Amino acid sequence: MTWLSQTAPPALTSAVVEACDLSIVFGSGEHRTVALTTVDLAILRGEFVSLIGPSGCGKTTLLRAIADLEQPTGGHLSVNGKTPAQARRERAYGYVFQAPALYPWRNIERNVMLPLEIMGRSLAERRASAKRNLELVGLSEFAQRFPWQLSGGMQQRASIARALSFEPALLLMDEPFGALDEITRDGLNVHLLDLWRRTNMTVVFVTHSIPEAVYLSTRIVVMSPRPGRIVDVIPSDLGRDRPLDIRDTPEFLQVAHRVRTALHAGRSYD
Amino acid sequence: MIRGAARRAAPIVVVLLGLVGMWYAAALALDLRAGQALAGSGASPQALIAAAWSLERPLLPAPHQVAQAVWSGLFGEPLGSARSLLYHAGVTALTAALGFALALVFGIALAVSIVHVRTLDRSLMPWVVASQTVPVLAIAPMVVVVLGNIGLTGVLPKALIAGWLSFFPITTAMVTGLRSPDRMQFDLMRTYSASGRDIFAKLRWPASMAFLFAGVKVAATLAVVGAIVAELPTGAQAGLGARLLAGSYYGQTLQIWAALIAAALLTLLAVGAADCAQRVLVARRGGRL
Repeated sequence: MTWLSQTAPPALTSAVVEACDLSIVFGSGEHRTVALTTVDLAILRGEFVSLIGPSGCGKTTLLRAIADLEQPTGGHLSVNGKTPAQARRERAYGYVFQAPALYPWRNIERNVMLPLEIMGRSLAERRASAKRNLELVGLSEFAQRFPWQLSGGMQQRASIARALSFEPALLLMDEPFGALDEITRDGLNVHLLDLWRRTNMTVVFVTHSIPEAVYLSTRIVVMSPRPGRIVDVIPSDLGRDRPLDIRDTPEFLQVAHRVRTALHAGRSYD
Repeated sequence: MIRGAARRAAPIVVVLLGLVGMWYAAALALDLRAGQALAGSGASPQALIAAAWSLERPLLPAPHQVAQAVWSGLFGEPLGSARSLLYHAGVTALTAALGFALALVFGIALAVSIVHVRTLDRSLMPWVVASQTVPVLAIAPMVVVVLGNIGLTGVLPKALIAGWLSFFPITTAMVTGLRSPDRMQFDLMRTYSASGRDIFAKLRWPASMAFLFAGVKVAATLAVVGAIVAELPTGAQAGLGARLLAGSYYGQTLQIWAALIAAALLTLLAVGAADCAQRVLVARRGGRL
């Protein structure tokens, strides 16, 4: 990383997310749970970083802390060089939840327009943004439908369009495809990768699927439970163009194997 | 399609015919003695039955007598007349509507403050529940007397009693409804750094509508009940409650039954209006509330 700081302007090297000795503890006394401990991590602009690990490893907690939805109890955490709270107030990130969390009383278009509505943008701007982003996730024809009229995969795509509507430079995704079948998930993975390539945003992606993490990421953060911590950070150097069948190449399988080994080392399979 | 409708309607019609038959039989049993007195000792059985079913003050009037009393009360009297059922129903409807409107505004405001201020949740909610354990028949005369003393008479004291009964289902439904969004829906608002006003207007309020309408339908019926109860002790000259009271003073059973049926129709109308409002909202939401 040192050579980068000498050749590139500081804006490119400055970390979007930086965690130093971060820890998060829930409860106290007998009910004390260490969700995260001694987390050191820097995520650079334009990276696609996956957090992977079994349930209870704190990957979602880490993501929620970045989003200022959980409060760190120790260490230091910054987003765009500011506190997570400041970054949230500046609407620095878009967040995609495990479930679509669409508002059932709004049609798809109005769901996608919700963030811009709260940010006080004009109706014309909201409409244009909704049109653009629904096109991006392939839902243009469904703008006037209501969430319950769409399949689970389509709902999740709508929630991604909603997160993209205000063009955040940072996209936080919490197991967004966890509840979907594998075929739908493959399709959405291709979509997401395509989107990331075109927009040059930074993505932090929580998953418990090894192939998904290897396929999507430039770096994979392997985490382990009890207490939640980072056990390894593995680069996934498969290039930016990744057709689905890259998953059958030896390079892909090698990275996947490294991830599995790291999960073992973290005794995640106990 | 017509055959399908007929098939669905058939059991309802059978039950209805059964009930009407039982009603006629009961009317005959209860009114036979008075019928005998009217028809004289030598009357044929047919004349006896006809007499029992056409008494002026039957113990239990026959269905056609009630129907006739309702019909002539609604449409057979001039509107200004004290015998016009339509006039009395109108007075009760006005009281109920005003009481319901008060309950809607007050009930929703109360729910909003209970949801947003934690201390109010603990301090107010028990009183809201307690307010409903007081028998409204006991409260009504006191409200009327106290308000009458400070110069408030007419429709307002009665509307307050109707509102007293009907704010409760609205408040409890709205408290539940405003709290109904799940954590993820609230978290979403937080990621947008949404203001409290936005969270209310764009999340809590629209999420509460399904609950509100459930409460509104109960409240609409209670507003009619409350209006009628309020007309009993106010010494009211007008309203369905006054008709019920006057009818029981003078043993005018037909008048009582006609007022009862009118009250039931009024309640149906109130619930139907709430249902219409709900349908409009459901249509705007693409078919679901």
